[in-house]
Amino acid sequence: MSLFDKTSAELQQALLNKEITIADLTKEAYARIDALDGEVGAFLALNKEAAEQEAAEKDQVPFEERGPLFGLPIGVKDNIVTEGIETTCASKILEGFNPIYSATVVEKLREAGMVTVGKVNMDEFAMGSANENSAIKKVHNPWDFDRAPGGSSGGSAAAVAAGEVPFTLGSDTGGSIRQPAAFCGVVGMKPTYGRVSRYGLVAFASSLDQIGPITRNVRDNALLLEAIAGVDEHDSTSANVEVPSYVDQLTGDIKGLKVAVPQEYLAEGVSEGVKAQVLAAIEKLKELGATVDTVSLPHSKYALAAYYIISSSEASSNLSRFDGIRYGFRAEADNLEDLYLQTRAQGFGDEVKRRIMLGTYSLSAGTYDAYYKKAQQVRTLIKQDFDKVFEEYDVIVGPTTPTTAFKLGENLDDPMTVYANDILTVPINLAGVPAISIPCGFDNNMPVGLQIIGKYFEEGTIYRVADAFEKATDFHNAKPQTWEVK
Amino acid sequence: MAKLSVEEVKHVAKLARLAITDEEAEKFATQLGAITDFANELQELDTTDVVPTTHVLPVHNVFREDIPAKGLDRDLMMKNVKEQQDGLVKVPPIIAQ
Repeated sequence: MSLFDKTSAELQQALLNKEITIADLTKEAYARIDALDGEVGAFLALNKEAAEQEAAEKDQVPFEERGPLFGLPIGVKDNIVTEGIETTCASKILEGFNPIYSATVVEKLREAGMVTVGKVNMDEFAMGSANENSAIKKVHNPWDFDRAPGGSSGGSAAAVAAGEVPFTLGSDTGGSIRQPAAFCGVVGMKPTYGRVSRYGLVAFASSLDQIGPITRNVRDNALLLEAIAGVDEHDSTSANVEVPSYVDQLTGDIKGLKVAVPQEYLAEGVSEGVKAQVLAAIEKLKELGATVDTVSLPHSKYALAAYYIISSSEASSNLSRFDGIRYGFRAEADNLEDLYLQTRAQGFGDEVKRRIMLGTYSLSAGTYDAYYKKAQQVRTLIKQDFDKVFEEYDVIVGPTTPTTAFKLGENLDDPMTVYANDILTVPINLAGVPAISIPCGFDNNMPVGLQIIGKYFEEGTIYRVADAFEKATDFHNAKPQTWEVK
Repeated sequence: MAKLSVEEVKHVAKLARLAITDEEAEKFATQLGAITDFANELQELDTTDVVPTTHVLPVHNVFREDIPAKGLDRDLMMKNVKEQQDGLVKVPPIIAQ
């Protein structure tokens, strides 16, 4: 048993009944991190002293001044800057970097009264799908420590799955919230591009990156998105679109909802086990009153190539700021040119170098038209595929990943095999639409994720479907064996 | 193009300001070759007259009122600088002697 068996609503009730205090919740997070994180590897930096002090102060705040997330502990992905807490992006090049301001989302967590427990592990600069590219340490899937937690928000998903914290923030450029959420059996939302401010998110691919919540149930996820969403004067790409109450939309009623299932998302490459669970989930949506049709997103097979070109090109430009001059690691050198060359060669890991070089190559004179421009044109076609389906349907549903979590170390020298894991998530980022992954069953004892994709800024509809499914099933209550701390 | 040439990889590494050994250049040549090979499947698609998408939502300039406000403190901004002197960032020689 753990306090984190409870939902946020139950925790607030327990606080109101004086059964527990906010200090107890913070203590519970650190106790579980102490007990479990040696094996899970989700946390990079802890904020213990400040968090415990904050918790004690928050216990003094009158209940009528508290919101639904007040006092609850959260872990923040290490590519989101936090004033006073080391932020490294799990890279050697940002070793010892202490941000002098906090990301907008971190300010919003503070306004909501949440307690930041620490920073969570990730693939270096969010580049990876197994969390094996962290320069600090590996993350292990709480359902099977020999398996990958997914990536790049592997620490965010594993920390929630192991019950170290009930909430985390991740970031998603090509599936980095949804894929680890699927692998770890938790709920992860990538909001519409522009829904959440990217100010203070260390940029990977600026036209694709979004911050989003990871939780153990849909309602808590909706609450957290509500808290972090909205326009921000510090991010000119944040959208000036009103943030509705997502929780109010959790009616459990999806009668008459029009669901599209793209044939390409259940095609070759998707394992039989995953397919079976997703088809069963689709049957469940029908039982709940939704109508389901098979549709086509014909350009899906080109999304992966377009994604890797576009994201790597943007990354090659964004990561030029890491030069050893103003922050982070600096190599010894006799002249400035060598300082750049050596700092970056010693500071970046192989996957980051590969992407910087792929991006630089794609943007070079002579290859620009064939790669970068072509990929952007293909992006248009992919976006149009979605636009067309959404003219007739409310949501698109399919698997989040082609398989369940693979073994750690399996694909280390073969980048292309790892990239193929993202085939069902990258089209969503290219189109910019929102999508969630929720647990929908097990295949060989590992969780399977159901992906629900929505129209621009209609996260509320996604949450309504996800919540209706959750209310009708029991998958979100399943916990890994590691959950029980002796 | 099954493989990028080692020279191409070294050139790209130079553009990206990454020091690279011969051994690394060999390895990256094979890996990047596999990735660009895969990316070549995009050439199957006819994209004549397709407008490239740089941003999915209409992006336009965002203006704000021009009101003076205090920026970040300079000493604070120097907090993460490894080498500094008299409030300036110190680097090795820029021009060879």
